[in-house]
Amino acid sequence: MPLSIVLRRSLLALAVGATLSSPAVAQERELLNSSYDIARELFAEINPKFEAWWEEEHGEQVEVSQSHGGSSAQARAIMQGLRADVVTFNQVTDVNVLADAGLVDEDWQQALDNNASPYYSTTAFLVRKDNPKGIENWDDLVNEDVEVVFPNPKTSGNGRYTYLAAWGFADEQFDGDEEQIQDFMRTFLANVVVFDTGGRGATTSFIERGIGDVLISFESEVNNIRSEYGSDDYEVIVPPTSILAEFPVAVVSPNAERNGNTDLAQSYLEYLYREDTQRLLAGFNYRVHHEAVVDEFADQFPDTDLLKVEDVFGSWPEAMETHFEGGGMLDKLQRR
Amino acid sequence: MQRIGDAPLVRRLLITAAVLLSGLFLLLPLVAIFAQAFSQGVSVFWSNVSDYYTLHAIGLTLMIALLTIPVCLVFGVALAWLVTRFDFPGRRLLQTLIDIPFAVSPVVAGLIYLLLYGRNGWIGGWLDSYDIQLMFAWPGILMVTIFVTCPFVARELIPLMQAQGSREEEAAVTLGASGWTTFRRVTLPNIRWALLYGIILTNARAVGEFGAVSVVSGAIRGQTNTLPLHLEQLYQDYNAVGAFACAALLALIALLTLAAKAGLEWRAARREAFA
Amino acid sequence: MSQFALRRSGSTRVLPGFGLSMGISVLFISLVLLLPITGLFGQLAGLSLAEYWAIITEGRVVASYMVTIGAAAVAALVNAVFGLLLAWVLVRYEFPGKRLLDALMDLPFALPTAVAGITLATLYAGSGWMGSWLEAIGINVAYTWVGIALAMAFTSIPFVVRTVQPVLEDMPVEVDEAAMSLGATDGVAFRRVIMPHLWPALVTGTGLAFVRSLGEFGAIIFIAGNMPYETEITALMIFVKLQEYDYAGASAIASVVLFVSLALLLAINIWQGRFVRRLHGGNA
Repeated sequence: MPLSIVLRRSLLALAVGATLSSPAVAQERELLNSSYDIARELFAEINPKFEAWWEEEHGEQVEVSQSHGGSSAQARAIMQGLRADVVTFNQVTDVNVLADAGLVDEDWQQALDNNASPYYSTTAFLVRKDNPKGIENWDDLVNEDVEVVFPNPKTSGNGRYTYLAAWGFADEQFDGDEEQIQDFMRTFLANVVVFDTGGRGATTSFIERGIGDVLISFESEVNNIRSEYGSDDYEVIVPPTSILAEFPVAVVSPNAERNGNTDLAQSYLEYLYREDTQRLLAGFNYRVHHEAVVDEFADQFPDTDLLKVEDVFGSWPEAMETHFEGGGMLDKLQRR
Repeated sequence: MQRIGDAPLVRRLLITAAVLLSGLFLLLPLVAIFAQAFSQGVSVFWSNVSDYYTLHAIGLTLMIALLTIPVCLVFGVALAWLVTRFDFPGRRLLQTLIDIPFAVSPVVAGLIYLLLYGRNGWIGGWLDSYDIQLMFAWPGILMVTIFVTCPFVARELIPLMQAQGSREEEAAVTLGASGWTTFRRVTLPNIRWALLYGIILTNARAVGEFGAVSVVSGAIRGQTNTLPLHLEQLYQDYNAVGAFACAALLALIALLTLAAKAGLEWRAARREAFA
Repeated sequence: MSQFALRRSGSTRVLPGFGLSMGISVLFISLVLLLPITGLFGQLAGLSLAEYWAIITEGRVVASYMVTIGAAAVAALVNAVFGLLLAWVLVRYEFPGKRLLDALMDLPFALPTAVAGITLATLYAGSGWMGSWLEAIGINVAYTWVGIALAMAFTSIPFVVRTVQPVLEDMPVEVDEAAMSLGATDGVAFRRVIMPHLWPALVTGTGLAFVRSLGEFGAIIFIAGNMPYETEITALMIFVKLQEYDYAGASAIASVVLFVSLALLLAINIWQGRFVRRLHGGNA
């Protein structure tokens, strides 16, 4: 592309940048979806389809914008004034925080099917070619010579799921014997070689830097990584027992009202449950609820015993308080 | 007459060590950026750079820099004039206060702005009731950018104006020149290179700020994404080449900055030689 | 207003603009710098002294102070030596590529820290150009404490070079010519003649580099392993508190870094002021 065109375009973008940011100038309705950081490619696919569908149904042009960041950082931004109409998070707790602040309806989990979680996933392993350390289940991760990579549970929802899944496994294994569970967790955490702040950072450490024997992340994510970086070099292991990771969605009511987007926001979330959207989600290696799609993709998702946070830990707030808050179990297990 | 370290052996040893270490420590990272950016060829680099969202990020970044510079300029000149031309109680304190942005971690800088101007903040809550939004929009990005860049112009000017003293200006004023004329005719020509250097540093930092901006931006693609934020997003999307393409653009701005600065110094040195 | 200057300094200062420049400076510093910082203390006000103390002395946070201060100290010391070498070579010698080398010194200031971070991590990881080579001789840089120090050293080297350089340039030729003509060796002459002139600038530059390293986040986070008690820096602790929606906790730790950095800067400023006065007094 000739430089002059690039220059002209960037000047255009400059002008656009100035006008778009001032709220008064928006001619067409714009919906802001605040989402977790690794969902960018996913919603980049969904949004144009939704825009086209909406125009067909209602004869109105709308634009869906995306804001991405760590799920907690996104919730914080919304509380401090980011005017997102809907949230599509990977952490129930982060939506609860918004509900506590009065930005999301109290009964948001009842507002949509399946606990307002249009798709779900679980925690799985990515190992190097031929699985040299023979990692098949959680108890293989506490072997002395195994180096583990997953994001920091303090900063990453992804990392929290990994911690809870390991705990849930040990809880079953040791029949709830607290002392044995803690020993297991202590060894497991000591095998971690890098604690990146987010899921993608952990991926970079494992893939690009060649650190560790196993990367633990969402099943969807490890499958995506494997197809991204070559299916010959890595193998995906889904352990027989793991945790249910819900991806909750909700309308940020006060913002949607203020932006005049209440109907649009609700439709957008419902759109995620439609058959073709669910198929698209399954294509991104997320597990879905729509039965036709579930059958279609049956061999892509191995049968796994999925533990619920509510069953093992009581509730999300309880899990957060006992394990992740300052001075909680995680701090205790990592203490020297 | 011989000076310390003039022996050929010592000389060669020191030069070699300096060049080698700088090469490894400073130049190599720069080479690595461009190597990564072009690792899949020039066309991939171009398609990454000419992407709409990348162009928008470039536009926003340049706009922020253009708005930041005049603010920092006025403040820098005023403060330098104040602390080098007058003696008053609290002068030293003022000089230390201006260093605050150096002492505050950029993430904390973003945080304190968010706490004050966010919807839950003292000022932000009040503005929100008038439907004025500063954070998560470009004004917020501009505000934190001004915060992190404001010391540069002042810090360039203060030592120079201190060293030059105020005799020329006093003479001009005594001869009846107005304050503005004195500043324009006497002070400005003396400080213009330092002023330009300060602007260059301000610009470099404004273009590259990441930590503070990431806290207040909301990172909405095509709206509040600056180039460094866009870079991080591409990196997170497994588009390492795209990320390094943005890094190469930022490095290019850095190199232009360095070239401009070297040019200014060379010019100043030549003027001095002729004077 | 100019009478104020006249009265205070007791000299014949007649310059205008005191009111205007004071007005702009105070307004700007108040609005841009001080007002937001009051927001930080507003958060702290919600904590009792005991709570504040508990947060800032929590084991993991204290470990992060140690890591940060230790790595920053190593980085500053390495930079003191390396920076002195560079400044010396740039001022005293002529060689091809000198201008290029000089321009290169400002690169860490001009390069965004996030760019520096991912680049250093790429270079020094076991799979990178430098990392594979260093690993062969048994040195692990990325994800260790060494990586943190390296990133800090990279971002703060210009402070030392640019503070020492002008002082070296201004040093009169006669000083070391005299020493050499008296038959002193390079080492002795450097220690006895050059260093007394140079060390204030060197200490100032090293101090600034140290302060800068304390607050650095973007460049370090990619290359540090972020392991609790081992490679977690204080800036990361602030980040973690934020993730937990714990604004007060984040503000408390931030305030510690802020106080330490400001105290160091104030000390450097006062000390430098004293020294300049003494130097000028001595020369007169």
